[in-house]
Amino acid sequence: MRQRTLIGVVTIAALIALWFLATTVLELVSPGRFPSPPDTIAALWHVMLGGYGGGTLIEHVYFSLRLVALGFIVAIVTGVPLGLLMGWSRRAEALINPIFLIIRPIPPLAWIPLAILWLGLGDGAKILVIWFAAFVPSVINSYAGVRNIDRPTLEAAAMLGMPRFRFVTEVLLPGASPMIFTGLRLSLQASWTTLVAAELVGAFYGLGRVLNVAQQDLYPGMILVGMIAVAILGWGTTRLLGLVETRALAWNQAALAAKG
Amino acid sequence: MPRSLSPGQSALLGLIGFAAFIGFWYGLTAAGIMTRQFLPPPWEVLERFVHLLNTRFAGATLLQHLAASFERFAYGFILAAVIGIPLGLLMGWYRLLDQIVTPIFDGLRFIAPIAWVPFAALWFGTGIGGPIMIIFAGAFPPCLINAYRGAKFVEPRLIEAAQMLGTPGRRVVSEVLLPASVPSIISGLRVSAGLGWQSLVGAELIVASAGVGYLMVQGQANMSTETVMSGMIAIGIVGLLLDMALRATERAILRRRGLET
Repeated sequence: MRQRTLIGVVTIAALIALWFLATTVLELVSPGRFPSPPDTIAALWHVMLGGYGGGTLIEHVYFSLRLVALGFIVAIVTGVPLGLLMGWSRRAEALINPIFLIIRPIPPLAWIPLAILWLGLGDGAKILVIWFAAFVPSVINSYAGVRNIDRPTLEAAAMLGMPRFRFVTEVLLPGASPMIFTGLRLSLQASWTTLVAAELVGAFYGLGRVLNVAQQDLYPGMILVGMIAVAILGWGTTRLLGLVETRALAWNQAALAAKG
Repeated sequence: MPRSLSPGQSALLGLIGFAAFIGFWYGLTAAGIMTRQFLPPPWEVLERFVHLLNTRFAGATLLQHLAASFERFAYGFILAAVIGIPLGLLMGWYRLLDQIVTPIFDGLRFIAPIAWVPFAALWFGTGIGGPIMIIFAGAFPPCLINAYRGAKFVEPRLIEAAQMLGTPGRRVVSEVLLPASVPSIISGLRVSAGLGWQSLVGAELIVASAGVGYLMVQGQANMSTETVMSGMIAIGIVGLLLDMALRATERAILRRRGLET
């Protein structure tokens, strides 16, 4: 394990050194194609202090993060219950599945033009698209989660005559929770991808907007800053979800162990 | 217990669900709740779809746009498979390579494929090169990860048996390790085709001058909702066919191995 960390650190350091060497010292890569480390830091200062593409970095981050959070929350609030319902009731499954089968093959990004036609370039269109993107994994995994609950558990609950509401909160939801969290992680990833795409297609603020303006200005340093910001946010929110998951599943050691 | 339904019941309910969906859509348009421009009635979309199949819009017919998209997709996907699978397998077999590549890969993984669009346009232009790079960015990770897992988690018993029988190292690779990782590789390809296809759509919405995504952007610019929806249908159908083809391949391979469940 220690060797692994060491090699990892050495690799990253070597890459950064190579980057520096290729762009600044040997000038193998033209600055118009890929930025040098000083260019990148200059771009970072530029967007942090002076602002770029309509706002400072903090404002863009706030904007993107807010949209992802809104879309993601709307998606799980609608998607998880629907998935649970479809998992539990064969009738609901048979009724809803065909609609799902029609909508599912359409990639979330393909909803972007329609969302813009319907709601324009503002927040509404982005939340709609993120909702579509994050909805499907939430539904599918919640559904699979219910189907994976041990049969004896369900039978015991039924035999003991558990009231319906308590059955949902104390058997269905906890039993499906490991899969639900898998779905949420996929949903979160999809949310970020979709948001960046939607902002690249058209937006007034946000990290995608930074990327878009930087692309038009042929400003490689800013492109790299935008990409790094997107990656850090994606990583950070995934970590956050992971922490929530560890707490929420703390009672279920087997599920945690299975997830590693 | 969830009660099971007979096939007849489930088909009937499915039909009701489908009819409700179309009926709801039609109702919204017929009752005038939504204007025609906002949400055209179902058959108008269908009509537009058929019309676009052999009428030029945004420089080409829908079929030609689809062909342009599919060509890009094929290049990007094949490139991802040709680089990702061998790299993943090697990482699974040689620990040093694994330790070197994994930190880089983990860092890059959190960059959404779409975020590569500006660099892709800058490096390879907006014709075919840029979109191919985006598709590659989307399709590469699952190829690599699944090949890696396939190679890493080969049942030790199989390797031990081969070694005990005195199989030379190279043949262990070609006849034990490689075949054992095939199922994982194939399911990786399926995921990667889906993500690649989705990235293609994103790339074409932003940078392209042909393809289904471009057709949709032009439809959006012309405020033609039925053109945008036709594009969505076309993308959905191709995506579905792609997935079906790969699923069939997966099943055929598993069946030949006697692994099918």
